[in-house]
Amino acid sequence: MSEAAAHVAHHAPPTSFVRKHVFSLDHKVIGKQYYALALVAVLTGMVLSWLMRLHLVWPNAPIPGLQWLSKVGAPGGVMTPEYYLSLMTMHGTLMVFFVLTNAPFAAFGNYFLPIQIGAEDMAFPRFNMMSFWTTFVAFCILVSAFFVGDGPPLAGWTAYAPLSAVGGDSGPGQAVGQTLWGLSIFVFCIASLLGSLNFISTTLDLRTKGMTLARMPICTWAWFITSCISLLAFAVLLPACLLLVLDRVAGTSFFIPSGLNISDHLQPHQGGSPLLWQHLFWFFGHPEVYIAIVPSMGIISHILIANMRKPLLSHKIIVYCMMAIGFLSYMVWGHHMFLSGMNPFSAMVFSFPTLVITIPATIMTLIWLGSLYGSHLRINSASLFSLGFISMFVAGGVSGFFLAQPSIDIYLHATYFVVGHFHMVMGVAAIFGVFAGTYFWFPKMTGRMMNETLGRWHFWLTFIGTYAIFMPFHYLGLAGNVRRYSAFTDDFLVPLIPVHKFITYSALFTGAVQLIFLFNLIYSRFKGPLAPANPWECTSLEWSTPSSPPPFDNFGGQHPVVHHDPYQYGVKSSTGDYLMQTSPERAGETP
Amino acid sequence: MATTLQPPQTDVEQDLRPRDGHGGGFGGLVPERGELRAVAEPKGEPTRTGVWVALAAIAMSFAALTSALYVREGAATDWHHIVLPPILWFNTLALIASSVTLELARRRVAAFMRRQESDRAASLLWLNATLLLGLVFIAGQYLAWLKLRSQGLYLPTNPNSSFFYLFTGVHAIHVLGGLGGLTRVIVKFLSSRWPLRRSTMDAASYYWHFMGLLWIYLLFILWLKL
Amino acid sequence: MGGKIFAVLVIVIALASAVPIINHTFLGATVAPPEDISTHGAEIDKQLDETMVEAGLSFLAAQLVLGFFVWQFGGKKDGALKNFPGGAKYLVIAALLLVGAEAIALGAIGTKAWAKVYFQPASPDALQIQAQAGQFAFYFRYPGPDGKFGAIHPDKIDEGNSNFFGLDPENDIPARDDITSGELVVPVNKEVHLMMHAKDVGHSFYVRELRIQQDFVPGLDLSVHFTATKIGKYEIVCTQLCGLGHYNMKAYLNVMSQDDFDKWLKAQSQ
Repeated sequence: MSEAAAHVAHHAPPTSFVRKHVFSLDHKVIGKQYYALALVAVLTGMVLSWLMRLHLVWPNAPIPGLQWLSKVGAPGGVMTPEYYLSLMTMHGTLMVFFVLTNAPFAAFGNYFLPIQIGAEDMAFPRFNMMSFWTTFVAFCILVSAFFVGDGPPLAGWTAYAPLSAVGGDSGPGQAVGQTLWGLSIFVFCIASLLGSLNFISTTLDLRTKGMTLARMPICTWAWFITSCISLLAFAVLLPACLLLVLDRVAGTSFFIPSGLNISDHLQPHQGGSPLLWQHLFWFFGHPEVYIAIVPSMGIISHILIANMRKPLLSHKIIVYCMMAIGFLSYMVWGHHMFLSGMNPFSAMVFSFPTLVITIPATIMTLIWLGSLYGSHLRINSASLFSLGFISMFVAGGVSGFFLAQPSIDIYLHATYFVVGHFHMVMGVAAIFGVFAGTYFWFPKMTGRMMNETLGRWHFWLTFIGTYAIFMPFHYLGLAGNVRRYSAFTDDFLVPLIPVHKFITYSALFTGAVQLIFLFNLIYSRFKGPLAPANPWECTSLEWSTPSSPPPFDNFGGQHPVVHHDPYQYGVKSSTGDYLMQTSPERAGETP
Repeated sequence: MATTLQPPQTDVEQDLRPRDGHGGGFGGLVPERGELRAVAEPKGEPTRTGVWVALAAIAMSFAALTSALYVREGAATDWHHIVLPPILWFNTLALIASSVTLELARRRVAAFMRRQESDRAASLLWLNATLLLGLVFIAGQYLAWLKLRSQGLYLPTNPNSSFFYLFTGVHAIHVLGGLGGLTRVIVKFLSSRWPLRRSTMDAASYYWHFMGLLWIYLLFILWLKL
Repeated sequence: MGGKIFAVLVIVIALASAVPIINHTFLGATVAPPEDISTHGAEIDKQLDETMVEAGLSFLAAQLVLGFFVWQFGGKKDGALKNFPGGAKYLVIAALLLVGAEAIALGAIGTKAWAKVYFQPASPDALQIQAQAGQFAFYFRYPGPDGKFGAIHPDKIDEGNSNFFGLDPENDIPARDDITSGELVVPVNKEVHLMMHAKDVGHSFYVRELRIQQDFVPGLDLSVHFTATKIGKYEIVCTQLCGLGHYNMKAYLNVMSQDDFDKWLKAQSQ
């Protein structure tokens, strides 16, 4: 055998259209597929939220066209209360699973993790392909709930038993729709586990020469940590969904106690525990929200470093904080259940780590803020969204401080305060990370630049708009506005309707603003100006690929050798004020 | 903004020894010394890591199911003890035996790869024995189910029967997956186009042994609680 | 330029967000908890206020610093790069001390209100009332002169004939004098021990003015106890998603003087 034989790629380059674009083993294609799926899911979820907001403010007004989606759910276009809850359930499910787990983690992570560590592809490309298509199947199963039986389930994305477990008696959409939900999430869990398997194995084993763990960029660390969290969390949701589906179709009683009289039907089940579902679900559910935010923390850190032209005050501490958050996330699930009927003493047990988890989050925020000091901060769409992330993360995070205390939670639980809290951290901050990543990595993924003016307007208007939508949620919560209500008809809540109107107008406005982003994305893909190889002068490996988009095996038949950590900014070098990780040059004096 | 349009300066590895990074299939497999006995594994071969990661997830799932069992038991007073079908003990022996035969198979395969043995016969014997014992286990589990059914104990009958079918069923599905992995090992061992790599063999073995250990744990829980 | 716009935006938004918190109104609506009519609510409100001050100051400080730094350093191209004085070390220590202290303080102080509601059992002479939540109404049951509740039979529930609890007065003597009501009527300044039974799915009992919220969990015998300190009518709303009528599921807490309550109870028995 010849030692000097030509390098053979990780797997052979695809030739057919189907192999190139549909059933592709290439992590870059898979990343883009996840992004596209997340885009479809977020647009659907956003439209659902508009429908919800319109109904809340004008419950009796017909929404033109809605009757075509569901004759029963919206006769004459007027949404029924049950259909509102169904749309709400689908909104939450789509957004949490198919957007927030997919976009910052599966999409960008799949695309960039292998490149950033110098690998040709993920460790298991076939599993990777399977994980995307399994996610797609889960998506199809979920969406099919719109079109079957009496519509989508209405039990919320949290699907508490026994409402979700008993079948059609508990409400419209609770027959076929809820079962489809259970199956969809079951399949999603499998897809997610395959994805995490890939991320972990790839990070541990496929780093190129010189790429020690310490030299990985922060966003690589974030994806790696997220995949560890995700592996264990989805491994718990999977059997939980199995048990739920068994209760629904096989007559078991894991979650359904005896003696339930629902719609005049005595349920045949015996002895199950509704709290068991809550424990299993939230044991997954709390780590899930960190799965949603940690990748964005990594992405904006990466982007800010490149745009500040100096490293963060301490990268190690940021990484340790992300690890701490991941670890602690498994200890706090009971804070969703303070009032659930579980032992009140355990509320104290869960409250303490919940309060403690604010410490790493605060450390990270202070380091981000402190790093801005003395920097040469470049302002562009990507850095604006990264800065916006910090603002939103703080705004959403402080409200968590209230909810972490059981006695305050007595008043604020199940009010709009909670809804404001999680929308700000998940629905805005995490999404800002996705926007930032898009503007930043678009040149590498497509070889073209997005339009900067449109990007900035997208930011200004979205930043104002999302504050306008979600800040008032907190005020409503303090006033005692209960959540998951399809209308506000009683004396207590009617005076709050003007606040809801303000929110609805803000939501419609902010939604419309996203068209700027969509237009920019699509137009720039085809007509955007050609991008230089490294427009942001960023040091990490993705910017040292021979082309944009990178070639099939990322580095054109060669294996990069890494000489530096990714934070060589503010140094004198032949390239300017930075040194690529792969550059064999030593840094000169700091200019 | 950078003004250069050239790719930034990059150092590349001068060592162009061929590598392939993932678990089999598709081109890029290079036999050692031109023979198809063994395939050189690149450094950073991820298959072994992958199987440990997968086993961690599987363990977590069964931990969740175990906690579901404990919570369910405490939730109501309808815990009706069932008698475990005796065939379960025989099935356990079969599964343990299959782990033994698998280890014997691995040694034979390693010997073959090192050219200490001239043909594949001994390796195949033990590999097939493992497969067979695995199938015996599955068949035996099915017989256990039939036994319960003959006693009128079905999935929804009572919580104990529910957990029995649940635990044994989910485990059996994973065992079937393990059998698939072993079959793949045998196919590759026999193939000249896609030869067997040590990591593939190792991964399938770790997985299979884990299924055995998991079963012993589950049997213990079933015996203790049901 | 962009940096300065960002800085102004973030500071304006932060300050604007604080305004409704400080003056408790937004667009004419009152956006603060309603008056507290309970014996434990004062601690909860105090904790809420303290947390608001700490959280509010942290929020404002962070947004102001963010705005200020982006104003100062946004678009800056010349001059040397500088590091925050002390680097990460002091920031980490500050975070640990500040947040750690806050967390421990609030956690420790917070147990008091929680303990009052949940750790202390109802006193033995509290007024016993049973609440049943079902899709989509609350019903309340008083034990009547015999002081005992009759057994609940889910199969005997017949809402059309007002047998909401599924009582069997023919065969069950304690059930004969039980009083069922759609309103939770209680005397003022008297502790009430509310036993909570879920008929079908999960519900929750929430009275904002009482600073009380507790889930009804099917299969679990849960209860809360409270003392109402002010006469009046207050909404009881369901806060656990229970189906299509969830938004409409409410009852009233009717707090009366002891005399009025006795009269009401007597009238119900007839």
